[in-house]
Amino acid sequence: MGTTLFEKIWKNHVVTDRDHESLIYVDRLLLQENSFHAFDKIRREKRAVRNPNQAFAFSDHYVPTRNRELGLDGITDPEIRNMVDLIASDTDAYGIELFGIGHDYQGILHVVGPEYGITQPGLVIAGADSHTSTHGALGAYAFGIGSSEVAHVLATQTLWRSKPKTLRVTINGERRPGVSSKDLILFLIRTIGSGGAVGFAVEYGGDTVEQLSVEARMTVCNMSIEAGARAGLIAPDQKVFDYMKGRPLAPTGPDWEKAIAHWSSLKSDSDAAFDREVQIDASSIVPQVTWGTNPEMVVDVTSKIPDPASEADSERQGRMIRALEYMGLSANQSIQSIQLDRVFIGSCTNSRLEDLRIAAQVLNDQSCRIPTMIVPGSEQVKRAAEEEGLHEIFQRAGAEWLAPGCSMCVAINGDKLGSGERAASTSNRNFEGRQGQGGRTHLVSPAMAAAASITGQFENISNYAEASSWNL
Amino acid sequence: MEPLIKLTSRAVPLPLANINTDQLFPARFIKKPRAVGYAQYLFHDIRRTDDGQLSTEFPLNQEKFSESKILVAGPNFGSGSSREGAVYALYDSGFRAIFAPSFGEIFASNCLKNGMLTARLNADAIHQIQTELTTTENPELSIDVAEEALITSAGTKIGLDLDPFQKHCLINGLNEIDLSLEFDDAITQFESDYRKAFPWITS
Ligand code: SF4
Repeated sequence: MGTTLFEKIWKNHVVTDRDHESLIYVDRLLLQENSFHAFDKIRREKRAVRNPNQAFAFSDHYVPTRNRELGLDGITDPEIRNMVDLIASDTDAYGIELFGIGHDYQGILHVVGPEYGITQPGLVIAGADSHTSTHGALGAYAFGIGSSEVAHVLATQTLWRSKPKTLRVTINGERRPGVSSKDLILFLIRTIGSGGAVGFAVEYGGDTVEQLSVEARMTVCNMSIEAGARAGLIAPDQKVFDYMKGRPLAPTGPDWEKAIAHWSSLKSDSDAAFDREVQIDASSIVPQVTWGTNPEMVVDVTSKIPDPASEADSERQGRMIRALEYMGLSANQSIQSIQLDRVFIGSCTNSRLEDLRIAAQVLNDQSCRIPTMIVPGSEQVKRAAEEEGLHEIFQRAGAEWLAPGCSMCVAINGDKLGSGERAASTSNRNFEGRQGQGGRTHLVSPAMAAAASITGQFENISNYAEASSWNL
Repeated sequence: MEPLIKLTSRAVPLPLANINTDQLFPARFIKKPRAVGYAQYLFHDIRRTDDGQLSTEFPLNQEKFSESKILVAGPNFGSGSSREGAVYALYDSGFRAIFAPSFGEIFASNCLKNGMLTARLNADAIHQIQTELTTTENPELSIDVAEEALITSAGTKIGLDLDPFQKHCLINGLNEIDLSLEFDDAITQFESDYRKAFPWITS
């Protein structure tokens, strides 16, 4: 019997085994400002960092999106400034490269990793952040870890892992106009639930996935964690090889040929067996909107908010009632009648160049009815967008064009929703208080968020996409 | 790390599903140094009413459950972000063991690294224990890690299915990095073979 993509990568990285666990070699470690506990541990236990050149650190969670030209001085809150300072001094002390403020490649760790070539097919990548699953879009086994495990990788370049089960999600069928990879993953989470993939490494495949661009695939793998999976993977193909070419850390010369040969072998054999299979028909999917406080609380933009009264399971019913209360919504209210206060386009889920191009098509010659923040995922994305003049489209429409970082996705750099404020957001978590205490989040695609900015409500972007020449 | 061998303590039921790490420990507190003590941040927002007062409905705020070291939680407990502060907040509040039908994976592994037991029990068993804790005057549970057993205040004994390594680490209070460094030679050998096979990765 054949083996799966995941098993091939796993097998390449096993140092040794014990009981149910294997000691897995970690090729790359990704760090961010919140990694200070890990450095504290390393210092306290007087350990050496084994391979500083295999770790990469990013200033992204706490960096301000305004006044960036002032550098650190642009941060007025001393606690926030301390976080940006700490990662700089910790990485400096251990000789780890930092993509900090002022670096040409500063940005969100999951955006910069691929664009710098840190992320490559076949690697094991551990990141101090749960959305490290993003990097699986290039055919890597990538997953988030907590600070104790970050310290473990710093000291040993390895991690103990019990082998996850494998789940294959096959998505076939042609997407309707305006239906993006964000809609595909929201639909999947809605289908299998936010705990649906706990214990599994998910491999995405099928025609629809193959047709997605590399950036769009990242959006799918990114939100694997919202379905409970630590890692999501897609077999690398020619699109990925083309994407890799010329990245600062991509192999060159004879290594490039060797790498391509290796990468080409990274796919599940036709007779490989998965522990679980899920099939999705993409042609039936319309734009998705979350209505509640968990990413599984998702409905079609054309439908109504579900009624807890018709939920048989009493626990689920209780959760729905509480979510409606927090969100200030009522059962059976139509999604398109919800009045929004703000729009946030950004985060490691949807802040890449393609996302911004889509938003720009929708916002072109329009004006934003509600305050709209557009936060590119990295300096490189920002620069590329500006070269294409996208920022002018945004600014003409009245949107704010800001400096790269996590911003209002996690609301710890000062960008946040006020209590009771309601936002359409292209990020990945709609938990209570995630985007600011009392803030209310509806997760959508970039096209949906851009359209919402124009009318202050959710529109069925499919209808517009069909009638226009947009390439969404 | 402090070993966990046997524990008898008050236990608190938290019958809510999908409690995520943002609820356990809101992101705005991540930047606090551990030295300040993270107990004050545990469930910070969800244990309070809109006007900022501790809600008497939230089990952890009730006198009956004060000083609990054991938490009996709902399914998918600890889902969401990888922030280990969620575990620090539980630990600094005195918790040493959590039972639930299922856990967020990163959270569960963070727990082990801090000497905190996470054990899965089926939903019916959890429900029963939660009901018992709520109705009894003496909400207490006993855990024996070596025996892999949980005993309720009514005397019911429930078997636990612990991972052998998890059990080993908890009982001995092991520092995992020291343990792994015993494999230093194997890692070095692996690394040198690996770099030969895939020279572009680490050069
Ligand atoms: S953008 Fe949001 S989800 Fe992504 S790394 Fe930053 S905080 Fe985490």
